[in-house]
Amino acid sequence: MNQIVNSLQYIKPEISAAIALVVLVIVDLVMGKNKKYLAPVMILGLLVTGYFIIDQFNISSFAFGSGNNKYGLLAIDSFGSFFKLLIIFSSIIIVFFTLASDEIKKANERLGEYYALIWGMIIGMFFMISAADLIVVYISLELVSLSSYVLAGITKDTLRNSEASLKYVIYGGVSSGIMLFGISILYGITGTTNIYEINALLQSQQIQGLIVTLSVILIFAGFGFKISAAPFHFWTPDVYEGAPITITTYLSVASKAAGVALLLRFTKITFIDSVNPDGSWNIISLIDWRSFLIIISILTMTLGNFAALWQNNMKRLLAYSSVAHVGYILLGIIALSNEGMMAVLIYFVIYTIMNLGAFFVVMLIANKIGSEELDDYKGLGKAAPVLTVSLAIFLVSLIGLPPTAGFIAKLYLFLALINAKMIVIAVIALLNTVVSVYYYFRVLKYLFINSSEKEIEPFGLNIPNLIMLLVLVTSTLVLGIYFTPLVNFAKNSITLLGF
Amino acid sequence: MIHIGLIHYLIVSSILFCLGIFGVITRKNAIMVLMGIELILNSANINFVAFARYGNFGNSGQLTALFVIILAAAEAAIAMAIVLNIYKMFSTINVDEIDTLKD
Repeated sequence: MNQIVNSLQYIKPEISAAIALVVLVIVDLVMGKNKKYLAPVMILGLLVTGYFIIDQFNISSFAFGSGNNKYGLLAIDSFGSFFKLLIIFSSIIIVFFTLASDEIKKANERLGEYYALIWGMIIGMFFMISAADLIVVYISLELVSLSSYVLAGITKDTLRNSEASLKYVIYGGVSSGIMLFGISILYGITGTTNIYEINALLQSQQIQGLIVTLSVILIFAGFGFKISAAPFHFWTPDVYEGAPITITTYLSVASKAAGVALLLRFTKITFIDSVNPDGSWNIISLIDWRSFLIIISILTMTLGNFAALWQNNMKRLLAYSSVAHVGYILLGIIALSNEGMMAVLIYFVIYTIMNLGAFFVVMLIANKIGSEELDDYKGLGKAAPVLTVSLAIFLVSLIGLPPTAGFIAKLYLFLALINAKMIVIAVIALLNTVVSVYYYFRVLKYLFINSSEKEIEPFGLNIPNLIMLLVLVTSTLVLGIYFTPLVNFAKNSITLLGF
Repeated sequence: MIHIGLIHYLIVSSILFCLGIFGVITRKNAIMVLMGIELILNSANINFVAFARYGNFGNSGQLTALFVIILAAAEAAIAMAIVLNIYKMFSTINVDEIDTLKD
């Protein structure tokens, strides 16, 4: 009992998020049809939660241990705080997106539920990021998934919304079920669900490698679903295309961040023997986790890039591009070094900003022309120069060309790979990047070179949207030139509890 | 008289797991697919309880099974609501016919 009370001080951000959820629901009930106070309440809650995260940035400790056990259910460390801050940042931006989205305005009477479910996702993602026990992993993963199933179909009145949420719930249910089966086998072999204890048992080499490998592959189904790594990515294009675009953005940014954080923690804590002084990790020889991840990573980026080549819907194209980016992010984990981990953190911050920007422009264009098809994008370069030039900047950054931030992100990843002596894989990734140039530039061709048969009325932006867009564009450009603070921040955030 | 041991429970749970996966892959009706998912979750539950009982791991396996039962109920509730909405929009719950989103 005493331990539980003591642990409460470590989960202040989660408590604050839970209180904010309740407050939001009460405000929604009291205000009735008046929905305009919900966004300020949401932002306030996010800022307070963000304050608590910064407040505990340098703490590292276990929370919710039981009696004689020195490990706990949650591991609080600066690595977790880094990803939690990233989630708070993207949630704040998503609230602004929601205010600008016409799609959500049509479902205005459900705005209270919409924000409450986003809080549900945030709480789930926080627990996912600091989970040190496979049961917490499963429960928090389900909390995120259950909220996002509903969010994918929140407007309820278009065919593609409902279809997206059905496909999401089926794929999600199956992969989390497979993951649970894997956890149950691992529990049977080791007698525990705590990843630190599993690590100690794996190091003692008393268990059979084959069964552990099987169970870990089953567990990866759950992680792979969350970060949409191949072969668990089939839901990604359909759900991303069908869901309201604010939710698509949120899924591609925040829930992926939580999944990657979980995978990184799981990899480093469970399979690593010790960390060398030069920052590379010694992996336990029982399981060939590295080869497994190499196969997944190459498969993911190749499938993502090649499928994106013939997409004619902008949301679907960005969905496949986000699958490809997960492949690149996995490269940082494959390097199995502190440097690779730092590269993943840097990549994720930059990926968040440029992906938010690209989806924001797609949403603003859809607000005007009511479509995300590339055929309808013809001639938009003349009609909306500010929007299309910003889209061009985000796409160039997604390719990874200088002087944008995407270049820095890829540079650090490839450096980490080369320092880990994995030149062949770096070359494969580079070739993949070359393939991706084609489909990003194809969008630009539609925007600026192809002219439309019918005249498009020139349209501008209102002031708040323009400010939001400028913020995202400048951060994409500035991070490409002045990235030292980000690198230092990532360097300070790679401490995981226990290593 | 056979003595029922851990291995029997594991065989039952493996069969349930395979049936669940088989159901998810072959059934066209959305409700049947969801039932397949329930089978997968319950096979994991059997594993947890059997391992805890025969491995002397204390109560942790049973506790986990309780959590899983609660989550399975929550997931079923949400999935049913989504299927109801699908029926309203498409007038069918055959997952093969719900394909407006395609390449």
